[in-house]
Amino acid sequence: MDTFASTNSTSQRELIESVVIRFAGDSGDGMQLTGSQFSDTTALMGNDLSTLPDFPAEIRAPAGTTFGVSGFQVHFAAHDIMTPGDAPDVLVAMNPAALKVNLRDLKPGGLLVVNTGAFTAGNLKKAGYDKNPLEDSSLDGYRLLKIDITKHTLQSVESFGLGNKEAVRAKNMWTLGLMMWMFGRERESTAEWLRGKFAKNPNIAEANIAALNAGHVYGETAEMPQGIHAYEVPKARLQEGHYRNVTGNEATAWGLLTGGKLAGLELVLGSYPITPASTILHSLSNLRAYGITTFQAEDEIAAVCAAIGASYAGALGITTTSGPGLALKTEAIGLAVSTELPLVVVDVQRGGPSTGLPTKTEQSDLLFAVYGRNGDCPLVVLAASTPGDCFTMAVEAVRLATKYMTPVILLTDGFLANSAEPWKIPDINSFEPFPVKHRTEPAGFHPFLRDPQTLARNWAVPGTPGLEHRIGGLEKNYDSGNISYDPDNHHKMVKVRAAKIAGVGDDIPLQKIDQGDDSGDLLVVGWGSTYGAISSAVLGARKAGLKVSHAHIRYMHPMPKNLGEVLKRFKHVLVPEMNNGMLVKILRSDYLVDARGLNKIAGQPFKIAEIEAEIRGLLASA
Amino acid sequence: MTPLDPPNPPLTRKDFTSDQEVRWCPGCGDYAILAAVQRMLPELGVRRENTVFISGIGCSSRFPYYMNTYGFHTIHGRAPAIATGLKLANPQLDVWLITGDGDGLSIGGNHLMHLLRRNLNLQIILFNNRIYGLTKGQYSPTSLLGKRSPSSPMGSVDNPIAPAAFALGCGARFVARGVDTDAKNLIATLTRAHEFQGTGFVEVFQNCPVFNDGAFDHFTAKDVAAQQQLHLEHGKPMRFGDDKGLRLRPGSLDIEVVTVGENGVTEADLLVHDETNRAQAFLLANLEPPAFPVAVGVLFRSDENLVPFEVGMHEQNKQARARGLGDINALMRKGHTWKVDGDPTGDQPG
Ligand SMILES: Cc1ncc(C[n+]2csc(CCOP(=O)(O)OP(=O)(O)O)c2C)c(N)n1
Ligand code: SF4
Ligand SMILES: [Mg+2]
Repeated sequence: MDTFASTNSTSQRELIESVVIRFAGDSGDGMQLTGSQFSDTTALMGNDLSTLPDFPAEIRAPAGTTFGVSGFQVHFAAHDIMTPGDAPDVLVAMNPAALKVNLRDLKPGGLLVVNTGAFTAGNLKKAGYDKNPLEDSSLDGYRLLKIDITKHTLQSVESFGLGNKEAVRAKNMWTLGLMMWMFGRERESTAEWLRGKFAKNPNIAEANIAALNAGHVYGETAEMPQGIHAYEVPKARLQEGHYRNVTGNEATAWGLLTGGKLAGLELVLGSYPITPASTILHSLSNLRAYGITTFQAEDEIAAVCAAIGASYAGALGITTTSGPGLALKTEAIGLAVSTELPLVVVDVQRGGPSTGLPTKTEQSDLLFAVYGRNGDCPLVVLAASTPGDCFTMAVEAVRLATKYMTPVILLTDGFLANSAEPWKIPDINSFEPFPVKHRTEPAGFHPFLRDPQTLARNWAVPGTPGLEHRIGGLEKNYDSGNISYDPDNHHKMVKVRAAKIAGVGDDIPLQKIDQGDDSGDLLVVGWGSTYGAISSAVLGARKAGLKVSHAHIRYMHPMPKNLGEVLKRFKHVLVPEMNNGMLVKILRSDYLVDARGLNKIAGQPFKIAEIEAEIRGLLASA
Repeated sequence: MTPLDPPNPPLTRKDFTSDQEVRWCPGCGDYAILAAVQRMLPELGVRRENTVFISGIGCSSRFPYYMNTYGFHTIHGRAPAIATGLKLANPQLDVWLITGDGDGLSIGGNHLMHLLRRNLNLQIILFNNRIYGLTKGQYSPTSLLGKRSPSSPMGSVDNPIAPAAFALGCGARFVARGVDTDAKNLIATLTRAHEFQGTGFVEVFQNCPVFNDGAFDHFTAKDVAAQQQLHLEHGKPMRFGDDKGLRLRPGSLDIEVVTVGENGVTEADLLVHDETNRAQAFLLANLEPPAFPVAVGVLFRSDENLVPFEVGMHEQNKQARARGLGDINALMRKGHTWKVDGDPTGDQPG
């Protein structure tokens, strides 16, 4: 916890600047709910925050095992923050397995809250403990708060007549109540949420609220061990506006709808369930009122093909997936490149290769997205850098796909998909519309007639009299759109398709320096979800007097036109990535700069300290 | 689907013929099928602009280029998926899906299965030449056991499938067969497929004179056709040849060939074709010469109404939009939101 210089004497609460809490328990313990309720309340109370859920790969792993542990980390502060925090200040461990898995991340001297009720011989054994860690000296380096949360919960819901299982389940609410007391959070919104969630079963709602209140009362009344007390985190100074918490996948879904609206097009989503992209399919399936038809296809190939068929019909086809699904879609994406149909492909990246780490994050599809198709097959690749930015880039994907008649791949990742941040809700009326015009004029028509400026072909849609035509994946004649095997024509068509995509470079913002001076000793270049960690690390390094700047790329292909020149204004270039070196490869080959990589391929986001250490090391040795 | 008014003045075969030179081998059965379709469409009274031919890859899949309608030559096996998206975006379009035995049953078997069970309202013509034509003659999923080809020089040991039986197994609701050279019956069958509200699946026996010449001669050649083909007609007894017929072997679920007038068999003993009987259709789909005739015409037509997939989806869209298109601004402001005021210079959240 970053503490203020002085504590506030008028209340017993210690004022702190920021705190990182991790809730951890068995998959069945409801930690995701606890964490997200805590976060929602925290946002309502005016703090800036960032969250990091961590799901086990198994849906219902055996109770009490280490691989069934589910975690939710929330970082909140009285100032602007960008990451879920490097290491928790507070760890709530609902059982021995949760302790075992998470303890190594807890800061030295951090606060450890454990549910002693779950530290049974059986659970200890399942977690791999020979001895009960609560009874030896192994936790001496932490401030330990031992509570039999299970017992207290059962007492608090006794009068509701619940079965034992239902009653024990309320322990996450009891825990939430305790943590709400500790950090001065209000309980009303959670109570309201419980009443809504259990509208059909008010007794369960009230029992959970009773548990929530009991946890809070416990904090107020029980005698706490030395060094454990209540805190207050004042509001952050956020920009004026209307806010909500948003995850990357929600923002992506809303951005796609907004793009469709701005283009004046009906959307058709073809998708096949895959972690961590499925929640976009779920969200949009619920939003058919907003101009989208959603289709759960038989596989990823069918999903993208249906999207292409929809675009051929004059709607905008969209497909959402993750790495293995993108692999299946490649041939069809090539068809969309060849037939020059608009298509938006969202790839929520996860650990690879193959099935890899489905629930963990990674940025390892970049080269695949940019280059991974047969033939010379250029398209537009975008990358969102924060959960809220998923909205902006999804709109941008729709704009570029329809304006240039091209597939656009939008890269997000598992971290962006599931993590939440307060988001200033945009007013979609403030966006410039980009209405699409299908061709209707028969005179002079052929299907590959191009706009001289954008090189986009005209979009003629079945149902339009006089424009009957055939398209396909065979090479076509530049002048007629008919099949052509002519060698010079093929050369020309490959060049035209490349020039069209290169031309997108004139239609996107120049690369800006996100933080720091326009030139200096080191430019840290990132892309995607590393934004927060890089930004915080560069801030730290700059505070220490280092001449470091940060540039974050959102247009991966084509890249902003001034990027080469920006890179050359710095003595060194460092590229942190959650992969084995992909952006760094593109920068080296496209701009001939001696960029160096910093790679973390652990299925987890960078810690600020990891990047800051690299910056210092690099500049010290330079 | 609300049918559009027929074109006025009526169109002719020429109106449906594109300016592209047809590039199939001389004598290929595909020519006859193309001609039959170009002759049929004016009779159906359909509009060119509302008609779309979608194909995969293969000799047969070149078909759309020769039709002066909308057309999409897609990728190998995926035409059903592309057609699904097309119909979801615009259910009004009149879609014909062109596929081959390799395209539809090998690489695209999965998509074909799902299209059939979803019962999209469109027509499928599967050109079955029992060979991979375009890639120069490898055996296909419909090639018979023992078929020698460049990739099966010792003869195929790869057990084939009957496309019509596959379609029935997938839950297809209209399953029919035709022969490339028998234009009259082919047009009649395709017309029925077009009338059907749902997926109309038509397998066409198509000769590939270059790589599998005469694959169907044993039942399509002029001199044997009458003896070896059973032309199905709803409500009519199953008769073929001069005096042959089919009946259920007494006490079993097997079909047997009988001769009317022999051993006391009369026409009244014969099976009467009931298009709406799926079990019977299965038996018919699996009949193979020489022991049996090949059943052609409409094998099955479901009389249970199943709303085509795209129609069901659009009904749901309508329901969801009963009160007009949703307001995205309002959507994003639902649930837990809060207002921050008075600090226009504050930090943008990270
Ligand atoms: C992904 C892919 N794999 C393989 C091919 C090569 N290929 C083209 S057509 C074809 C087989 C076509 O057979 P069929 O569908 O029976 O069509 P026919 O040529 O016999 O009409 C193959 C294997 C391809 N075009 N694409
Ligand atoms: S290879 Fe066979 S199927 Fe293909 S065009 Fe030639 S004859 Fe027709
Ligand atoms: Mg074939």
